[in-house]
Amino acid sequence: MIPASFDYTRPGSVEAAVAALAADEEAKVIAGGQSLLPLLRLRFAYPTLLVDLGGISELRGVRDAGDALEIGALTTHYELTRDPLIAAHAGLLAQAAGTIADPAVRHRGTIGGALSHADPAGDLPAVITALDAVLVVTGPGGSREVSPGDFFADYLTTTLAPGEILTSVRVPKLGDGWGYHYEKFHPTAQAWAIVGVAALARRSNGHVAEARIGLTNMGSTPVRAGAVEAAAAGAEASATAMRAAAQHADQGTSPPSDLRAAADYRRHLARVLTGRALAKAAGV
Amino acid sequence: MKITLTIDGVRYDDDVEPRLLLVHYLREHAGRTGTPIGCDTSNCGACTVLLNGKSVKSCSVLAVQADGASVTTIQGLAASNGSGEDGWHPLQRAFHEEHGLQCGYCTPGMILAAVDLLNENPNPTEEQVRDGLEGNLCRCTGYQNIVRAVLKAAGSTTGAGVQA
Ligand SMILES: Cc1cc2nc3c(=O)[nH]c(=O)nc-3n(C[C@H](O)[C@H](O)[C@H](O)COP(=O)(O)OP(=O)(O)OC[C@H]3O[C@@H](n4cnc5c(N)ncnc54)[C@H](O)[C@@H]3O)c2cc1C
Ligand code: FES
Ligand code: FES
Repeated sequence: MIPASFDYTRPGSVEAAVAALAADEEAKVIAGGQSLLPLLRLRFAYPTLLVDLGGISELRGVRDAGDALEIGALTTHYELTRDPLIAAHAGLLAQAAGTIADPAVRHRGTIGGALSHADPAGDLPAVITALDAVLVVTGPGGSREVSPGDFFADYLTTTLAPGEILTSVRVPKLGDGWGYHYEKFHPTAQAWAIVGVAALARRSNGHVAEARIGLTNMGSTPVRAGAVEAAAAGAEASATAMRAAAQHADQGTSPPSDLRAAADYRRHLARVLTGRALAKAAGV
Repeated sequence: MKITLTIDGVRYDDDVEPRLLLVHYLREHAGRTGTPIGCDTSNCGACTVLLNGKSVKSCSVLAVQADGASVTTIQGLAASNGSGEDGWHPLQRAFHEEHGLQCGYCTPGMILAAVDLLNENPNPTEEQVRDGLEGNLCRCTGYQNIVRAVLKAAGSTTGAGVQA
């Protein structure tokens, strides 16, 4: 299958990319192309111009920014699994990125593309939601910072304005005592999550002092399991207590029913997987 | 658009439409019909090649995105790293010896994915081989002999021996 015709440009700076987008209403950004090219081949999208971010070196790589890591939008899933700074300070991101698709897709797909694509079954949106990350966005009017809650708007929809580019993701470093785990349920190899759970827990004196939970595919956007977080805070760090807290995991969610799973089944999975993820994050 | 690519060690200068997929460029402009198209939906891995040494699905890369890069297809593998009397790459030889193919449609992609896998991890466990090849589907073999072939190639070479 061959995509419809389009023009192509590979600017060398964010400024030039934003200008190229501003000059053509039907233009679209391409990063790794692992979501966009399948859509173009199926002719689900007809951009007139592709603005390839691939030539913008400032969008690559991971930088130590004091109490946070600044992750360039073009950092690939493969690089996330290999980066020493991420391994040291945001291991959850590396672990989850390693579950995406397969090695060949991970070599091309980028964190910026995965977040901008905003697929409810995508793994990284729930992960950066649990990590309390900040998305840095640049457009014709300059730069702004957005929380994950304000970035993901709906199924495959973000609040990026026309002409805006996601340039980096700022992830606060996990301090001492934090554990993490991403639990993903998929029945076959190289598959999207039916449900995924990103869990973080800070242990202190045999108890969980604080927990943060992000859910994948339990609604049209990633959600925080607030009721679980509240129930886990102060609880004994034991598998039983974590399982009990996880019983609240589907509260306030609206999971889809589709060919792969019914909503009820997703609710069940959310409770079970949250129990497992939380227990691993709490080191029990 | 003008592009320059090095394919299996040979330089190509061309003028292509932006919408041309790398796999179509390889097959129709560069004679690399050893790179098949299996699914056209980015799922099967049959079209896997090495782009600057890393495995990619060439149906999911635009030729213009590969401008300036070097590509290794199955047709360049023996030439770039053949050895022994048959001149084959160690993975090609192992697939032959272990009967790692039946119809052979998945084989070029499977072998290139395996080259990448062994570059990353020269001594993988069986589970690591299965994980590393999860993006490559085979309708014939049931995978057993493919996994065996990759493990054999790993055992029969030093790390450097499987570089593409
Ligand atoms: C076989 C297969 C299996 C997969 N399995 C999974 C999986 O299990 N889990 C998972 O999470 N994902 C999965 N994916 C998707 C994968 O993670 C993609 O890499 C990712 O969704 C898109 O990243 P990209 O860089 O390739 O983006 P592209 O395809 O280039 O772009 C995707 C969209 O984001 C926009 N965009 C890209 N970058 C930016 C930016 N910096 N600023 C603004 N807009 C931007 C584009 O305009 C486009 O609309 C799979 C993909 C394939 C092909
Ligand atoms: S043809 Fe490229 S992945 Fe199937
Ligand atoms: S040998 Fe036939 S598809 Fe693998």
